[in-house]
Amino acid sequence: TTEKNKYVSILLAIELIWNLCEVLFIDAAPAGSLLLHLLDWVRLHKSDVDARAREVLQSDSPAHHQSYWDVVISLVLQGRVDEARQVLSKQASLRAESSSVFKRMDVLLHTMPIFNPTGTQTLTEFDVKWRHWHEECDRCLQDNTFASNRHLETICKILVGDEDTILEQKELLSTWYHFLVTRLLFTHPTIKPPDLHYYAQVHTTSPILLSLRYCYTELKLVKNKYYLLFYFNSDKFIYLFIYFFLRVFFHLLAVDYFDHCPEFGRVYLELQIERVPLDTERKAIKVLRICEDRQMSEQVRSICKIMAKRALRNNRLGSALSWSIRAKDAAFATLISERFLQDYCNKGSFTDLDLLDNLGPAMLLSDRLTFLGKYREFHRLYGENRFSEAAKLLLSLMTAKIAPRSLWMTLLTDALPLLEQKEVIFSVDQTYELMSCLEELNSGTKDSSQTDQDEDIESTKTELLRLALARNLAMAIVKEGTIET
Amino acid sequence: MFVAKSIAADHKDLIHDVSYDFHGRRMATCSSDQSVKVWDKGDDGEWRCTASWKTHSGSVWRVTWAHPEFGQVLASCSFDRTAAVWEEIVGESNDKQRGQSHWIKRTTLVDSRTSVTDVKFAPKHMGLMLTTCSADGVVRIYEAPDVMNLSQWSLQHEISCKLSCSCISWNPSSSRAHPPMIAVGSDDSNVTYSGKVQIYEYNENTRKYAKAETLMTVTDPVHDITFAPNLGRSFHVLAIATKDVRIFKLVPLRRESANSSGPTKFEVQVMAQFDSHNSQVWRVSWNITSTLLASSGDDGCVRLWKANYMDNWKCTGILRGDGSPVNGSGHAAALSAVGVPGAAQMLVGATSAGRYVTAGTRSLMPYILGILRCLFSFMTGTQHILYSGTT
Repeated sequence: TTEKNKYVSILLAIELIWNLCEVLFIDAAPAGSLLLHLLDWVRLHKSDVDARAREVLQSDSPAHHQSYWDVVISLVLQGRVDEARQVLSKQASLRAESSSVFKRMDVLLHTMPIFNPTGTQTLTEFDVKWRHWHEECDRCLQDNTFASNRHLETICKILVGDEDTILEQKELLSTWYHFLVTRLLFTHPTIKPPDLHYYAQVHTTSPILLSLRYCYTELKLVKNKYYLLFYFNSDKFIYLFIYFFLRVFFHLLAVDYFDHCPEFGRVYLELQIERVPLDTERKAIKVLRICEDRQMSEQVRSICKIMAKRALRNNRLGSALSWSIRAKDAAFATLISERFLQDYCNKGSFTDLDLLDNLGPAMLLSDRLTFLGKYREFHRLYGENRFSEAAKLLLSLMTAKIAPRSLWMTLLTDALPLLEQKEVIFSVDQTYELMSCLEELNSGTKDSSQTDQDEDIESTKTELLRLALARNLAMAIVKEGTIET
Repeated sequence: MFVAKSIAADHKDLIHDVSYDFHGRRMATCSSDQSVKVWDKGDDGEWRCTASWKTHSGSVWRVTWAHPEFGQVLASCSFDRTAAVWEEIVGESNDKQRGQSHWIKRTTLVDSRTSVTDVKFAPKHMGLMLTTCSADGVVRIYEAPDVMNLSQWSLQHEISCKLSCSCISWNPSSSRAHPPMIAVGSDDSNVTYSGKVQIYEYNENTRKYAKAETLMTVTDPVHDITFAPNLGRSFHVLAIATKDVRIFKLVPLRRESANSSGPTKFEVQVMAQFDSHNSQVWRVSWNITSTLLASSGDDGCVRLWKANYMDNWKCTGILRGDGSPVNGSGHAAALSAVGVPGAAQMLVGATSAGRYVTAGTRSLMPYILGILRCLFSFMTGTQHILYSGTT
């Protein structure tokens, strides 16, 4: 039965929201009557006031009942001014000396204009009348008319629509929508549906969100049964219900819903999820998680590719690379690695070091990426003065053919400082290998696009390298040939 | 229940096409004023023109977006016998501040000898491929082998349709069971070749496209054609805009022998036919999940069509060209509450804001040229319908 009760409470919550939706969206009510509908709706869902009022009125001394003022204020909050007057009259008969203030309040309540959509009065006329009354209430506050009785003062503040005062009554209001409706009743009684949306947004933190969230968390507990709710016989209900949930909670409820649709659920989800605008990285990651959880590998790849491409367009190489890795897109990873290397050649330093230093196994996605990662590692080792490790790595990049030919000259040039160190770093064998690399490089076909100036630079570099290598070789032979004593 | 929003397009002549991008946050329009405009939807929900440039030396008939996996890419086609591919480049920071972006031409496709009437990108699983069709009845399929280099396109196929072509649509299905398939519509008034819709299918063995089917029952000029999203179904659904709205079901028939060559044979069924527009239907467009079809016609209305679980189709909403709903549209009230709809209406005419302007030799009756893309994003609960109003 606890489950049944939970089920029932959820249904009630849904009914509540449904009624609100009906009022807001379905009923093409004549102008000016929206608030009346909303008041009806609030009264419908807050029926405890009647019970308490009855209790108070039926007691021996209503004016002294502990809930007396609560009842009066509750009635005012619901716009039930005549009933409030009725309860207030119990108080007035007791205190002769303060009867004038009570009379004043009675007049205010009595003269409060309530729009009658079926009447002859136009909205404009009503508006004028209402403003006039509103000013009157305000004047009472300014004149401190009700200063002698804090309850009456509170009621007067409510009548002028004072937000803080109405908020103070949150125990009696108990829900955000009651607060909203009350506030509107006393500030904008002629509100229209489009404005209501604005008010709802402004006055509370996503009130619809909050109540839907409540519904959702409750629903989750009832697990699979809640899908039965979707099969109510009212088309309107289903669509509006889904509309609200999907609008607000796509990533929570709609996804679950699609998960449970037997025939087309997955396909629908696949089609929908790839259309979610990927405004921010955070949103993209959220969407990705949904896809990854369901092994929607094609959608994962596609989303990552879109993000990678966007990052590349904006020259954010690090981001582009991360996304390509996540997309497992080897071709794109190669492209971006090339860009990194180009940047290095142009600027002399790497960007996004954090990423490059922590590639891990992702490095193996593409050859160029592997080279990029290892090349950066070489630079790191060199920076940490771990010269022999750096030397070994540098050499392996060429001999293992991880490095593209186009970059060999750059690598050999990187070797120069190592060759120029006081102590010998490259062994005899390693030096021979470097020499053969250099010769292999030079034996290749000349690059026809090179200018004469470039050719000069190249040959100068080659000479420098040959000299350095020869010197290193000599020193290495001596070192290795020396017997330690 | 539809909320219509008017956007003063500021084109100096008739708008012929408007197209949403993949995510529904960007929009492109093209016009007889030879230009294309790109619009971006801001965080406030307002559409702003972020680019406007001359694209051709004749009326621009259609404009379409590539999949965002290929970047921000547009293609346009024109009366000037060419189609062009455009890419957005990230501009200077002060451009960004002014909210402007730049599009540069990557390539011009000049193979056609007559007006190019439609241009569409193929489904992304086929790579970066562009298709055009011309008034001389030739459909051309181009491919960019290097997706990073949009200036290199090679003409892969030329399909001769024998009838003046007006529109093309690719079957979006990426299933291995379905070879690439393209539908071509013709607005030719030739009565010898009476079937105005042809379906071509790619053959893996011959590496060519061959005609698989002609819809002989479509005898009137066809203005638009669009395959529905496939949803993993074995059959295909095709919507056609002609003198009425027609929806066809194409059921692939099992091959008689395992190694029979030649295109798939289909059983063609008419799922629905609507003449509610009571006039020429110009555009048809499916939503993402192929549950809703939108059509626009010479009656100045946009209509929405939906099928129930028994495949009975009916109209679920009607919008006038000026954005106002039509009363007595049956289920319109209930079902149009599916989303907070936004219908964007593009207005022609540089000076008058909010009114239809007569231009050229067209009749004075307002008629809607296109719906273009109805992108119903269910998750945000919004239905976007775009159409351009022109007279």
